Amino acid sequence: MWDLANWALDTARARGASFADARAMDIRQRDLSTKNGEVGTLAENESIGIGIRVIASGAWGFASTDRLTREGVQACAAQAVAIAKASALAKRHNVVMAPEQAHVDTWQSPFIKDPFQIPLERQLDLLLAADQEMRRVAGVTLAETSMQFRRIEYWFASSIGSRIHQVKMQSGGGITATSFQGDEIQKRSYPNSFGGQHTLQGYELIESLDFLRHAPRVAEEAVALHQAAQCPEGTGTILLESGQLGLQIHESVGHPIELDRVLGQEANFAGMSFLTLEKLNTLRYGSEIVNVVADARLEHGPGLGTFGYDDEGVPAQCTDIIKNGLFTGYLSNRETAAAIGLSRSSGTMRTESWNRLPIIRMTNVSLLPGAWKFDDLLADTGDAILMETNRSWSIDDRRYHFQFSTEIGWEIKGGKKTRMLKNPSYSGITTEFWNSCDAICSREHWTLWGTPNCGKGQPMQTMGTGHGAAPARFRNIKIGAAFSKV
Amino acid sequence: MTTRKSRRRAVTARKAPAVAGAHLLSDSEMRRIAERVFKMSDADETEVHIDVTSDALTRFANNAIHQNVAEQTLTISVRTVLDGRTARATTNQTGEESLQRVIAASCALARSRPKNPRVLPMPGPQQYSRVQRFFDATAAATPADRARAVREVCALAERNSQTAAGIFSTGAMQTMLANSRGLFCSYTQTRAEFSVTILEKDSSGWAKANSPNVSALKPAELAARASQKASGSRNPRELPPGRYTVILEPPAVLDLVGFLFYDFAGTSVHDQRSCLTKRMGRQVMAQNISLWDDVYHPLQLGAPFDGEGMPRQKVQLVNRGVPENLVYSRVTAKQMKKKPTGHGFALPNEWGEAPMNLVFAGGNSSVEEMIASTDRGILVTRLWYIREVDPYEKVLTGMTRDGTFLIENGRVAGGIRNFRFNQGLLEMLSNVELLGPAVRATGEEAFEMVVPAMKVRNFHFSEVTKF
Repeated sequence: MWDLANWALDTARARGASFADARAMDIRQRDLSTKNGEVGTLAENESIGIGIRVIASGAWGFASTDRLTREGVQACAAQAVAIAKASALAKRHNVVMAPEQAHVDTWQSPFIKDPFQIPLERQLDLLLAADQEMRRVAGVTLAETSMQFRRIEYWFASSIGSRIHQVKMQSGGGITATSFQGDEIQKRSYPNSFGGQHTLQGYELIESLDFLRHAPRVAEEAVALHQAAQCPEGTGTILLESGQLGLQIHESVGHPIELDRVLGQEANFAGMSFLTLEKLNTLRYGSEIVNVVADARLEHGPGLGTFGYDDEGVPAQCTDIIKNGLFTGYLSNRETAAAIGLSRSSGTMRTESWNRLPIIRMTNVSLLPGAWKFDDLLADTGDAILMETNRSWSIDDRRYHFQFSTEIGWEIKGGKKTRMLKNPSYSGITTEFWNSCDAICSREHWTLWGTPNCGKGQPMQTMGTGHGAAPARFRNIKIGAAFSKV
Repeated sequence: MTTRKSRRRAVTARKAPAVAGAHLLSDSEMRRIAERVFKMSDADETEVHIDVTSDALTRFANNAIHQNVAEQTLTISVRTVLDGRTARATTNQTGEESLQRVIAASCALARSRPKNPRVLPMPGPQQYSRVQRFFDATAAATPADRARAVREVCALAERNSQTAAGIFSTGAMQTMLANSRGLFCSYTQTRAEFSVTILEKDSSGWAKANSPNVSALKPAELAARASQKASGSRNPRELPPGRYTVILEPPAVLDLVGFLFYDFAGTSVHDQRSCLTKRMGRQVMAQNISLWDDVYHPLQLGAPFDGEGMPRQKVQLVNRGVPENLVYSRVTAKQMKKKPTGHGFALPNEWGEAPMNLVFAGGNSSVEEMIASTDRGILVTRLWYIREVDPYEKVLTGMTRDGTFLIENGRVAGGIRNFRFNQGLLEMLSNVELLGPAVRATGEEAFEMVVPAMKVRNFHFSEVTKF
């Protein structure tokens, strides 16, 4: 693979590129699913190729190929240079990048059990058993389970001399019970909705999730929701469990801090951001207890945003995003860092695959834990609604106004969890929401969630991101607008 | 043995070069790959699916090109059936070892699963209607062609003291499906897309078009339309949320009604997750709503066969507000005692099938006539981040974006701050007062469809944002 990368860089240089980098990637994926006792998807996929990014005539070009011969790679590099020269027909200034050292290194994400070495029969048996457990509960009309495993090997080389080899192993899985009764579809998922939990781990993740223990509860709650009271409308206190809070962080912190959005580069599709440059180090993003980091280092945990180096060869870093409530940092790459006068990229360039250009993506954007034990927080809360497991999510294209609904809610009365509520939802304005946070649970309640389906870019790229969170409390929140009958 | 490199060279000599130096395969070349797989496979039945993609996309923002990419991909996907068990494995390498590996992986996956009596024998040869959706002008488009068009659009924005962002993409794709029972089908099409957002200090406008023929796209006209929307929505005022009459331009209609497509899958109704469960044959939309799935419609794109190689049929899904028919894969059709309609996904899967070529019946009202007929209402250019809130009532939430206007006394009275909506889709389609001519619309939340603009009463805007 290093030969491929070297051919790419040599050709780009010979064709007139002033800078080039190349990413060869070998991606292996396994997908398994069941539905109502039958195996659904059962597939493996391998994809190997190289993407070549160049600067020529002061502008960017990118081309990719799966023709992994000397001739194929050289043609691809030449195409990238030709594209860059075409880009120069409509440029305003030459590309400038923040400096970065050359790195020669190898990095591998740790795992205990290689999921591709676990017998398929064992994986399917587990899913079918969880599926059966859910269908034992009367009223469940649909039981679904899934697992997904991904191994990604990278060979990165750049014209500044970097040679970085990385291997990542990702695992994910989840179960869902759906119940249709009368005029209502209700659903419960474990450990999270939309595919469950996903981390940079091996099969030990799946074993730790213990689907069989949770399947009956998930199924019973899905059916019980039909008889539950409707979540009331109004303004009040909410408690968000960590899975829902992870998605709240993703949408209302993770995306607006992307510097390419801030600078207008995503204006046509993903949108822009309310976090304009003058807000850095001046905006009161949240209350004093709100601390958010973007941390791609392994010591943060095995998140989907954990790596050794980003996809333009910048080492993994931890950036303070919100410190004691103050907005302090963006997600940047070498180009956008230079554009706003930062001395270095924060290392967030990531690509979905060899045939996609790296773009700024979230790493692990996490809310740091507070001091509360969950039971103490409940007892302290008085009246509130506890919301669990995302059901729908939406936010405007500058990331001000959001609305979320969750699969289940619980009424908190006098500091105690009481009756179940169906169709809970809440909405608000990002900074007002984070400034209303007055309690965050401690490290023992903190989970690093994986969001495997973050879409951004044109052509669209799907990326996995990590979001650590512990349950937290928010005051004066608008509740119930999604299901308002007005 | 033929190598991929030599195959591509042969194709280059056979016809004009395709997209930006990329190359497509001939039917005989794809058939040879399939036959190599059939020879190597010792499964009871084997299916080969080849996809070739050759795409290029020029992206601009801040009145300059900032990203410019091209890709050439080929995937070979092999489905095997062994003793009533089936599975799929996919590779993007065409060498002998890769093909043997992918066949072995497919067989190993299949053997690992329990026997399933619902796995059907693969279909034999089928008859297909021809569709012509390949345009040389699109296939021959170069990065310089796209850059010159972008430069013109950026110049327009600069003349108006505005900022342009968007994409211009061109490409071609091929898909081929063959199985060991002798079925063979293939399809080739080109595609081109131009999308532009024009920004001002406190307003924006957007326009987008998509066609297999790049010559049909008019980037400068689209940019002019987006520019007018941006200038016309300056100084947006804030209106209170509530129920309003709305005029939804075709992309806004598309991104809403696109959420219905899977509800018309037989599997979705069988699984009781469709909003049409227990509603088939009932008047659930207004009588002015009729809907088909029709891959052969002149404004539609896509292969005339499904994931098993079955010919796609035109199906009337809704007749004057009454859902009458669903679509079915072979397996679902057998399960639900219906006939397959040629809408199945590639097997194995848990989703069954879906209509992918929706065509709504249109009307005669232009958007201008809809505006003129409205005392007070909201004109919506585009919607954003639409998600399903309630799957059975089909309540959707999302935001307006890039050109939202107040209409007063039959005229556009200026821009307004963007709204959040929470709107039941069946309710909305029961409240349609006027329809425009059905056009090929393209948005961001749904795949392209043929839909009209709609004037809808009592549309529910629940909250308002800050811009």
